[in-house]
Formats: sequence, structure tokens, C-alpha cells
Amino acid sequence: MSAHGTAPYEAVFVGKRKADLDAILLRYPNKQAALLPALWIVQEVQGWVSEEGMAEVAKCLDLTPAYVKGVVTFYTMYHQHPVGKHFIQVCTTSPCLCAGADKVTEAFLKHTGCNELGVTSPDGKYTVIEVECLGACGFATPVQINADTIENVTADKVPQILAGLK
Amino acid sequence: MGYPHKSHPRETAVLSKHFGDPDARSLDGWKKRGGYRALEQALASQPAQLVDTVKQSGLRGRGGAGFPTGMKWSFMKPGDGKPHYLCCNADESEPGTFKDREIMRWTPHALVEGCAVGAYAIGAETAYIYIRGEFDEPIRRMEAAVAEAYAAGLLGANAMGSGKRVDVHVHKGAGAYICGEETALMNSLEGKRGNPRIKPPFPAVSGLFSQPTTINNVETLAAVPHILNNGAEWYKAMSLSNPKSTGTKLFSVCGNVARPGNYEVVMGFPFKDFLYDLCGGPPAGRKFKAIIPGGSSVPIQTMEEAEATLMDYEGFVAQGTQLGSGGVIIFDDAQSMPRMIARLARFYAHESCAQCTQCREGTAWTTKILERIVDGQGTFEDLDTLLSIAENMTGKTICVLSDSCAAPVVSGLQKFRHEFEALITGKRTSKVAVAGGAAFAGAATP
Ligand SMILES: Cc1cc2nc3c(=O)[nH]c(=O)nc-3n(C[C@H](O)[C@H](O)[C@H](O)COP(=O)(O)O)c2cc1C
Ligand code: SF4
Ligand code: FES
Repeated sequence: MSAHGTAPYEAVFVGKRKADLDAILLRYPNKQAALLPALWIVQEVQGWVSEEGMAEVAKCLDLTPAYVKGVVTFYTMYHQHPVGKHFIQVCTTSPCLCAGADKVTEAFLKHTGCNELGVTSPDGKYTVIEVECLGACGFATPVQINADTIENVTADKVPQILAGLK
Repeated sequence: MGYPHKSHPRETAVLSKHFGDPDARSLDGWKKRGGYRALEQALASQPAQLVDTVKQSGLRGRGGAGFPTGMKWSFMKPGDGKPHYLCCNADESEPGTFKDREIMRWTPHALVEGCAVGAYAIGAETAYIYIRGEFDEPIRRMEAAVAEAYAAGLLGANAMGSGKRVDVHVHKGAGAYICGEETALMNSLEGKRGNPRIKPPFPAVSGLFSQPTTINNVETLAAVPHILNNGAEWYKAMSLSNPKSTGTKLFSVCGNVARPGNYEVVMGFPFKDFLYDLCGGPPAGRKFKAIIPGGSSVPIQTMEEAEATLMDYEGFVAQGTQLGSGGVIIFDDAQSMPRMIARLARFYAHESCAQCTQCREGTAWTTKILERIVDGQGTFEDLDTLLSIAENMTGKTICVLSDSCAAPVVSGLQKFRHEFEALITGKRTSKVAVAGGAAFAGAATP
């Protein structure tokens, strides 16, 4: 992950990743349609989508940086600032809330040392947020940690889950 | 085979037959289970024939609105010289709904095949499967299946050696419930903010990339190969109730219930048997109190209404609600309805795209007032205000997200008003929390 503003920006779309983007572009009749996929690649590589990342994507797809930013801010999954190494999202929408999702959130805040939603822990390891329905309501409470969804999480399983994170 | 529970003898497993069976995921495994016969047959027929068969079957859209699929397809005019598109809606973000996820996780080729058949039937060479960004495993499964299908020549410029082009691509969303609305989905696919579009023009006239487009739900498209293999009459016969609701339907069951999960039953199945027999009734020591049967956007049912319901499009309407997406949310007698409804309102406020004043302001104020009531700070005037806001939010906006927020509020106030009043008059024992950082104040019993 590139640190906030310090390290010089390293271009994402070079070499293999440039080729990947070119292959993605073939799927659509215009370049703009590759915007979401391109932003995903930036986030995968850099951990978040910085202003420089947006500018690079804009250049590759013949868009303006302002336009790209307008799109980035619409979607909740693009991080506009660096987040903890383990980005923990607990679903607390009603179907999970009635099954105890609030207790699970509480346990994650406590055991990660984050204490507050959306705040990265002092060691930079964890960020915990509440998220809306993850589409896994029958497995309450689902928790998404980075890309992985863990099903049937209860408060007592939280320490063990955290211990298992690399 | 069921998942995560074993299939119940009273289920009719068509779409879910191979849930829980990892061998069904590969191309070989899928072919062994009858896969891609329907596509082969489809590519050898005229598109109009396929549309006709789907019309005859009575299949209706499983994404929420229940629009007849064959009729939707007939709005497309193959051979008009324009590129056509099929969008498969795999955004599945409606609280209570998790059926498309299991179709994609366990039987990805069923959806690839359904998309390919659907695309060909509407004169499209390209189908996009728009999957919500959080669905990491379903995305990986679908991408793997698509790659296998290309490698085997089932897709591409000469699909199954037919000389016809059928491309299927997976497109990953980035977190926004509203992108499940069909015109928002198209905007998102085009690399725009996911704002719904004003209709008309309808997608069949000017949709994705301004070309004729059809949008179908995952479950709808996955059903099509079965209809081609077994015939429209076979599908139509799977109904215990009436000829307007045919086939099987996947119901996702969640909340306070003994056995949550996906269940597949024929249309018209008695909801009472479904709840107590298939799903195992309430958790030990509890009673069911209320049900939202079609995803969070439909009116709440009392148990009396639910137990009198036949599970089909008309049956849910007859009992004051809708089949919707088939996401059955169950609350037991330990839950506070105002708390649950307030949290749903917060969901809609969070997900509103904010284009329409009634929706942007309405969802925010509804949430604020409901949370105030749950917090013990509400007044009786608040209840009237909620109803008048809800009225302003219904039937007045670009899309129906606004109406969806009003549905549980209005029905909740009608059917569980005493719980709201108890919070206002202070007849409660402990501080009730809704959600958010300060949400851990206490138990939820009013
Ligand atoms: C706010 C909103 C969200 C929606 N979300 C979904 C969704 O996640 N999946 C889906 O298939 N349909 C969703 N729909 C319905 C679609 O707009 C559309 O009707 C459906 O995908 C059509 O497919 P069908 O005819 O196969 O049902 C949503 C509608 C609205 C208004
Ligand atoms: S009703 Fe709400 S979500 Fe739908 S277009 Fe209007 S503001 Fe956006
Ligand atoms: S409500 Fe939590 S996953 Fe759907």
C-alpha cells in the first residue's frame, strides 16, 4: 500500500496490468465501460483509490479526473483513503440485527482495539465498519474481511477469527 | 440436494438440485448433469420459437416485479440491425435475499447457459452478468465457468459450432443497492454513477449503450434451460394454485427461524407448512411474530396473514403483501418491530441515490423519526408525520426505492402500532438501540 502522499506514485497500468486492461476493454463497445473494472485493479494493487490513481485511470480511458472522482464517490467499495490491513465489514441490516449482529460488531470493535466504527486501529491492522445487507442473510451474521465472507459469526467466535488472520 | 440444510421431501429441487455438490461446478460435472443440451437445442432453433416456449411456460421474472419473461423478450426485435444486449441482474442486495448467490456458487454453468440461451433468444450477441462487488466467491465461480465455456467453444464467435456469436462477460459492481434497479445497473455498467434513468425510453428501446436491452434476474435465466429441456407444459404443471404463477421458486429464509437457508417449492405452496414444516418453525422457546416475505421492500405480514398465504404472486397480494424477490425475513416475539423497521429505514436512507427530493429527504427523515421513537424520544405526532412522509414517498419518484422504504413503515405502523405507542408512552424496560456506533445500549424488548 502506498503511504498517504509520501512515496512517489507508481503507475498501475504497465506491463501485465496494462495487458489485462486491454483485454477487459475488448468486452465493451467503448472505453468508459471499463471504468469500474479499472478502478478495481487500482484498489487491488494499491489498497485504495488515490487521486493519482483516479488520474491514471482517467488518462487510460480518455475521461477527466473529475468525472472519475464523481463515479468513485458513488460506490461504497472503493476506499478513498488507506484502510487497515484487515478491512472488517459486519452486516447489521435488520435480518442480521435480529439475529445478533450488534453483538458481533461490538466484539470486533473490542478485540481489534479499534473501539470506534470506521477508525483504523493504532497498529494499522484493522478497520471495522457496519455494512448493509451482504446477500448472505441466512448465514447470520456474515462478516466480510477484505474479499472473504465468513458466515455464521457470533460474538464468541471473534477472537478466534482475528487470531486466524494473516 | 439442499444447502445448507438437506433437501426437504416437500421441496421440488430444480434450480437447487445440485446446491452443496461441488462436482456440479465444473463444465464436465455440469455436462454429466445434463448441462448445455438446452443451449445446443436453442442455437439450432429460431429465436422466436424460444420466446414462444418461454411465454407458454408462464415463467415470470424472479427479480422482484414478476413481469412475464416471454413477453419481456418479445419486446426485442432480432434483425433490426442494431446490437442488442442481455444484462443478467446478479446485484442481489435486497435485505433477506440470498438465492442468486447460491445459484452462482454451486451451479455457475446453469447461469452461463441461461444467459447464452437468453441472449440468443433476444437477438443479442453479448450478455453481461452484473454481480455485486461483495460477492467474491460467486464472482470467482462465474469467471471460472465463463472461461471454461470459452475454452470448450461453447461461447464466442462460433458458439457450440453453430456459426452464431454469443459472448458472456462478468462485470463486478462496487457496492450500491440501487445498481440492482435495472436502469441504474445499465448506467453502472456504462461506467457511470448508478443513478436510475427516467422511463420511457424503456430498455427494450434504448437500454445499455443506448441499444435495445433486456434485463433479467439470475434465477429467471437459470430456469430457462430447464424449460427448454422439459417443455413449457412441464413447467406450467408445477403450480398448486393458478395458471398465472408457474414453476418452482427459490425462497431465501432468514431471521429468527430454526433452519434458515434456501428452499425451492412449487408455486402455490402453503406458507404455513413452509414456515413450520420445511423451515422448522421458530427458534426453541420462541414464537413467530411478523414476516416480511418478499425481501425488505414489501409490506410486513402478521402471522395470521402469513399462515393464510399461498406462496405465489397472487397469493401474497391477497394477504396484503408481495412475493417480491422471495426473501423471507422472520421476526420472533423477542424482537422490537420499531427497532427492526427503523434499521430498514436506515438501509434505504443509506442506499438512496438522492436524485429525487421525496426519496432523499423522505428516507432521511423517516430514519431520523423512527430512531428517535426507538430511543424513547418520540411523540404521537411523529406517527402521523411518518405516515404523511410515506404518502409523499409513494408513486412519485424515478424508481421505486422510495416506495420500498415506505412499505415496511406503513405496514408496520398499521399492524404493530401498539409497539410504537408503548415506546412513546415509556412503557418499556430498557433503552433500545437501533444501529451505529452507539448501538449497544441494551436489549431490544419493548
Ligand atoms: C431499488 C431496486 C433494487 C433492485 N434490485 C434488484 C436485484 O438486486 N436483483 C434483481 O434481479 N432485480 C432487482 N430489482 C428489479 C430490477 O429492476 C428488474 O426488475 C429485474 O432485474 C428484472 O428481471 P426479471 O424480469 O427477471 O425479474 C431491483 C429494483 C429496484 C427498484
Ligand atoms: S427514488 Fe430514490 S433511489 Fe430511486 S431514483 Fe429517486 S432518489 Fe434515486
Ligand atoms: S441482512 Fe445481513 S446479509 Fe442480508
